[in-house]
Amino acid sequence: MLLEIKGLRVKAEDKEILKGVDLRVDPGQVHAIMGPNGSGKSTLARVLSGHPDYEVIGGEVLYKGRDLLAMDPEDRAREGVFMAFQYPVEIPGINNSYFLKAALNALKKHRGEEELDAVEFMALIKDKAKLLEMDQSMMTRSVNEGFSGGEKKRNEIFHMAVLEPKLAILDETDSGLDIDALKIVSSGVNALRSPDRAMIVVTHYQRLLNYIVPDFVHVLSEGRIVRSGGKELAHELEEKGYTWLEQGAAAR
Amino acid sequence: MTVAERHELFVAAYDRLKTSHSAAPAWLREARAVAMREFAEHGFPTTRHEDWRFTNISPIVETPFASSGPAPTAAQMASHLFPEANAHLAVIAAGRFSHELSSLQDLPGMVFVGSLAQALVTHADDLQPALTQIAAGDHPFVRLNTGLFEDGVLIRVPANTMLDRPIHVHVASDAGTDPTVSHPRVLISAGANSQFTVIESYGGPEGQCYFTNAVTEALVGPGSVVHHVKVQRESRKAFHVAGTFARLGRGSVFTSLNISLGGGIVRNDISALLDGEGGEATLNGLYLADGDRLVDNHTVIDHAKAHCPSHEVYKGVLGGKARAVFNGKIFVRQDAQKTNAKQTNKALLLSDDAQINTKPQLEIFADDVKCTHGAAIGQLDEDALFYLRARGISRIDAQHFLIRAFAGEVLQQVQPSSIRDRLEQLMLDALPRG
Repeated sequence: MLLEIKGLRVKAEDKEILKGVDLRVDPGQVHAIMGPNGSGKSTLARVLSGHPDYEVIGGEVLYKGRDLLAMDPEDRAREGVFMAFQYPVEIPGINNSYFLKAALNALKKHRGEEELDAVEFMALIKDKAKLLEMDQSMMTRSVNEGFSGGEKKRNEIFHMAVLEPKLAILDETDSGLDIDALKIVSSGVNALRSPDRAMIVVTHYQRLLNYIVPDFVHVLSEGRIVRSGGKELAHELEEKGYTWLEQGAAAR
Repeated sequence: MTVAERHELFVAAYDRLKTSHSAAPAWLREARAVAMREFAEHGFPTTRHEDWRFTNISPIVETPFASSGPAPTAAQMASHLFPEANAHLAVIAAGRFSHELSSLQDLPGMVFVGSLAQALVTHADDLQPALTQIAAGDHPFVRLNTGLFEDGVLIRVPANTMLDRPIHVHVASDAGTDPTVSHPRVLISAGANSQFTVIESYGGPEGQCYFTNAVTEALVGPGSVVHHVKVQRESRKAFHVAGTFARLGRGSVFTSLNISLGGGIVRNDISALLDGEGGEATLNGLYLADGDRLVDNHTVIDHAKAHCPSHEVYKGVLGGKARAVFNGKIFVRQDAQKTNAKQTNKALLLSDDAQINTKPQLEIFADDVKCTHGAAIGQLDEDALFYLRARGISRIDAQHFLIRAFAGEVLQQVQPSSIRDRLEQLMLDALPRG
C-alpha cells in the first residue's frame, strides 16, 4: 500500500476540521475526494503535503509504511509526494525553470541519482512543456508571477510532470479554469497516470472527473468521509447535489 | 578616559603629523587646519545629533587605537579580489598606498592610478579643485579624515578616455593584534566624456578590532560615466565609517552600489550632488547584518540643477539582534525644475529582535518636479517558503532563494556584470544564519 490514512483528526485555528478520516491508496489508483465547501477537502490535501498551518490532533498517516506526518515538507516531496496547489504562489525574482531544476536536483540527490546539468535539464523540460502546451516564456518568467489562473494550474501540472511523483495530490486544480484550459490540464494529468503512481484529486465539481476519470470517489462532509464508491458516485452527486448527503450524515 | 579626552587624542595625532605636512600645498594645509579646528570644537557626534540619533558610536570612541600596524600580505587580501573583473589593482594597506601589493602596469597612458600622497607632491595643483572640495565639510568623521589622512589613491582619467577594465581599490586593514585606526582617502577625477568603473573594497583579518575611517570623493566631469561599486567586508569586530561623495557635471552619469556585508558598527554616507543639467545619479545599496551588529546608511541626492533624474534602491537583510538605519535625503533646489527622483528602501527582518529605523527625507524647493519614495519592512513570505519546500527545496535553500530574489533588484544592475555572480555568492555566505 502506498498511503494509509487512519482516523486522521486535524485542527486549524482552534477549530477541528478533519474529525477522523480513513483512506487507503494503492499505486496506480486515482481517488477523487469530493465534498461541499468547508467539508475539509483542501485541509486534507494540505496536511498531506505538510502545510504548517494545521495541527494533527489524532490518527496517523503512513506513506510507504513510514510516518508521513513526522516528515518535513521537503522530505515528503523528496520521497515522492507532490501537491498541485489550489492557489500557486507567485514568487517574483525566481526564474521558473531555474527553480524547477533546483527542485528536481534536490529530489535526485536524495535518491542518490546523478544531478542534471543545464543542457540535460533543458532537453527534459522541452518534452514536458509540450505535454502542457506551455509557452516558452513561462519557463523564463518568475515563478507564477503574472501568470493567468489557467497558466498557474498548467505550471503546477508541468512541475508534476518534471518531478514525477509517486503520490500526486491535486487540490482543486479545476477551479478557475475555462474549458480549454481544463482539457489541457486534464490531458496532462492523464498522460502522467501510470501503474506505479497514485493520485488524489480534490474537487468540488464533477466536471473535472469527466476528464480525469477516477477509480474511486469519496465524499467528505463535515470532516468525515461519508460515502465511498466508484466513478458513478460522482455522477450521482452531480444530479442530486450535496444537500441530501449532509442530511444523510446528520441522520446517522 | 572620558569621551571628551578621546577626541583630544586625535587632535594630538594631528599636531604630530603637522610637521610632516609642511611640504604639502598651502591650500591643503589650510583645509586640514580648518577641519581639525572644527573637529576639536565639535568632537564626536552623540545620539543627540539628529544624523546620529540611532547610531551610538561610543564603542569606537572608547577604543584606544594605535595609528598603524604591520601591513597585510598578498595572501591575506586574496579573498577580497575579483579576478573575474580583470581589474587594475590599487591597494591601500594599513593606511598607505602599497606599490608592492598593487598591480597597475597595464594602465593606458595618461591615466593615473596611484598614491595620493605622491600625487600631492608631483601634481598638487591639479588636485586642488577636487580634494576636500566634494566631501561634506560638516561631517565629524570627514573632518577627522581630512585632518589625518596620510595617503590613499588618486584615480585620474583624462577627457574622452574609456577604460575597458575596471579599477579596483582595495583597502586592507593591518594584520596586527592591537586595534589600529586608518584614514584612507580616495580621489576619483573623471575627465569630460570619460567612462570607467571603480570597485572599492574593504577588509581585514576576521575577528580583529580596528577602525577604518574612509573618505572617497568623485569629481564626475561633464558627459562622463562613472560606475562605483563599494564592497565592505570588514571583520565583524571592526568599525567602518566611510563617505562616498560625488559631484556630477552636466550630462554625466554616476552610479553607486554600496554593498555592506561585514563590520561591527558600520556607517556609510553616500552622497551625489547633481551640479549640472541633465546629470543622472543612481544610489543603490544592499546591506546584511546579524548578531548585535549595526549598519547605518545615510544617503543624500542633491538636485541642484534642472533636468536630472535620480534613482535609489536600498535593501537590507537583518537577523539576530542586528540593527539598521536608513536615512535617504533628497533635496530639490529651486533651480532644479523637471527633476525626477525615485527612492525605495526595503528591509527583510529574519528574526523578531532585528530592527530598522528608516526615514526618507524629501525637501523640495522647485515646483515642476516628480519625486516618489517608498519603504517596506517585512519578513520572508511564509507561503512562498512553503511552496518551495513542498517542491523538495530545503528550508535553508528556500530562504536563500527568496533572499536572492529580494536582493536581485539591486545586484542585477551591477557594473561590471562580471562580478555579479561572485557578489551574490558573497552575500549568501554572509547571510544571517537561522
